[in-house]
Amino acid sequence: MSVLLSVEGLSVSFTTYGRRSQVLHDVSLAVPEGAQIALVGESGSGKSVTMKTIMGILPVPPAKVEGGRILFAGRDLLTMPERDRLRLRGTAMSMVFQDPMSSLNPVFTIQDQLGTILKYADRRLGRDRDRRGRRVRILEVLAQVRMRDPERVARSFPIMLSGGMRQRILIAMALLSEPRLLIADEPGTALDVTTQAQILKLLKDLVTENGLALLMITHNLGVVRQTCGYTYVMNRGRIVEHGATQAIFEAPAEDYTRNLIAAVPRLTGRNG
Amino acid sequence: MTASPVLELRDLHKVFPLRGTFGRVRGEVRAVDGVSLSIPKGQVYGLAGESGSGKSTIARMIMGLTRPTGGDILLDGVSILGRQASLAHRRKVQMVFQNPGASLNPRRTVGQSIRVPLDAHGFPGNRQRRVAALLEMVQLPRHFAERYPHELSGGQKQRVAIARALAVEPRLLVLDEPTSALDVSVQARIIELLEDLGGELGLTYLFISHDLSLMRNFAQTVGVLYRGRIVETGAVAQVFGAPQHDYTRLLLASVPVISAEEEAMRPAIPLINGEIPTAEDLLALRQQARSKERQA
Repeated sequence: MSVLLSVEGLSVSFTTYGRRSQVLHDVSLAVPEGAQIALVGESGSGKSVTMKTIMGILPVPPAKVEGGRILFAGRDLLTMPERDRLRLRGTAMSMVFQDPMSSLNPVFTIQDQLGTILKYADRRLGRDRDRRGRRVRILEVLAQVRMRDPERVARSFPIMLSGGMRQRILIAMALLSEPRLLIADEPGTALDVTTQAQILKLLKDLVTENGLALLMITHNLGVVRQTCGYTYVMNRGRIVEHGATQAIFEAPAEDYTRNLIAAVPRLTGRNG
Repeated sequence: MTASPVLELRDLHKVFPLRGTFGRVRGEVRAVDGVSLSIPKGQVYGLAGESGSGKSTIARMIMGLTRPTGGDILLDGVSILGRQASLAHRRKVQMVFQNPGASLNPRRTVGQSIRVPLDAHGFPGNRQRRVAALLEMVQLPRHFAERYPHELSGGQKQRVAIARALAVEPRLLVLDEPTSALDVSVQARIIELLEDLGGELGLTYLFISHDLSLMRNFAQTVGVLYRGRIVETGAVAQVFGAPQHDYTRLLLASVPVISAEEEAMRPAIPLINGEIPTAEDLLALRQQARSKERQA
C-alpha cells in the first residue's frame, strides 16, 4: 500500500512574549492510502498542533515550523506555493471538526452551506455543474451520511437539527469535495454515547466504502480501538509509541502508554 | 433498626410548561417523571443518562435550585421541601460541577473561594486554618490558597472545587460529571481522591455521569435514566452484567471500550438497515413486537 500522507521529522515551536518553546519534537507518522490511523494523546500532547500543521491552519507567527517535511501524495506541503496548498486543502484532504455547532453558519440553510462548498469544490476540480445538478448531489450526500429525510434536512437551519445530525452534516461537507484523506478531530466527543457510536460507525463505513484514508485525532482510547487499525501515541510533543492498535492496547511497550491505558476505567470493573 | 437513607427521592416530578409567543402555555415537558431512589450512608449511587434524560434537573432539585412539581426529597429522613429548609439544608448537600474552570470565580484566590461557604454558613472556629486543612484534604499544598484559578491545571481546579464543597461538612455530595472535562490520567486521580474522602468522612455521593465505564468502577448502585424515568436500577455489577431494559443494553453497547473482555460483555444490538438504532427505534420495535403478541 502506498503512503498518502507522510510526516517526517516535524518540529514546531511557538514564540510568545519573546519566549520560544518547542511544542513538536521530530514527529514522524505515515498514513497509507485507504488506511485508518489514530493519533492519540492527552491535552497538551501536541496532537492538535500536528493536525493543524498538516492542514496548514497553524497561526504563523507565533508558530514556526523549525524543520521536517509533510508529504502528501509525494509533494511537500511545507514548500509548495500557497495557491497549490489552497487547492489541496478542503479537496484532496478534508477535515471533520469536533464542534458541529460552531462549524456551521447559523443563518444559512444546510443546502446553502453544502451548496457553497460544492461550488468551490467543483471549481477547484474543474467540474461543470448547474444549480439543479448541485441540488441532486446535495440530497445524494445527505443520504450517504444516512439522513432519514434528506429533503427536509436540506431545507433546515443548523439550530433545527440535533447534535448527531449536525455532526453528519460536517461529514457530508467533508465528503462533497471528494477527498482522499479525511482528518477527523475528536469526532463525536461532544455527543451522547449512543449518538457517538452511530457517528463512529458511519465514519468507518464511509471511509471503507469510498476507499478514503482516515487520520483520527482523539484523546479517547476507546474511540481509537473502535475505528483505527494503527495507532500513534503522543506525549509532550513526541511520538512515544506506534503500532497496530490491538498490539499497543494489549502490550504497550512504553511506560507512558502503559499508565495511560491503566487509567482508563473498564466496563468489566476493576482490574479486568 | 435501620438508619434512614441519606438521600431519598419519592416519586419526584418536574414538569416545565412550554410557552409560545406572549408566554401562552402551549404544552409541557415532563423533565422528571416519577423518579424514586434512596442512597444509604457511605454509598455511591450512579445516575446514568444522556442529554435530556432529566439528570441535571434532578440535581438542581436536590440542591434546592428548582422546586419539584410533585413528589418529595428527603435528607436524613426529613423533607427539604418544607419552608424551614434553606441554609441548614444547603449545609448538608453540596455540589461539584462539571467544569471547574467555570465554577470557580476567576477574581478570587483559591483561599477566598473556599472561604465563601464558611462565611455564608457562619462556620465556627478559625476559618483560615480550616481552609488550610481543606487544601490538605484534597492533597494540595497550603500556599495554593494564594493562587488564582488560571494558575492551576484542570485537575487542581477540580480539587479546589471539591475542597469548597467539603468546607461546611456536608453529608451528601452531588457530583455532576466531575471528571468529564479532564484527561483520563487526571480523572483516575480525582476519582481516587473522592473514594478516599468518602471513606474518611463517611460521605454519600450521587454521581451523575454518562461514562458507564467510570460508573462501573465508582458506584455501587446504578439507576439508568431515560426521558425522566429510571428504566432500570440495581447493583452496578448486575445491571451492567445482565441489562434487562433495551435502553440500558443500547447504552452499554455504545461504550467505546479498550479490551476484548469488555467487548465480550457488551450486549449485541440488532442493526436497522445496517445502522445502529436510536433508543426511540429500539423502543418502537419493542412496542410493535408487544402489540403483535397481543393480537396473536
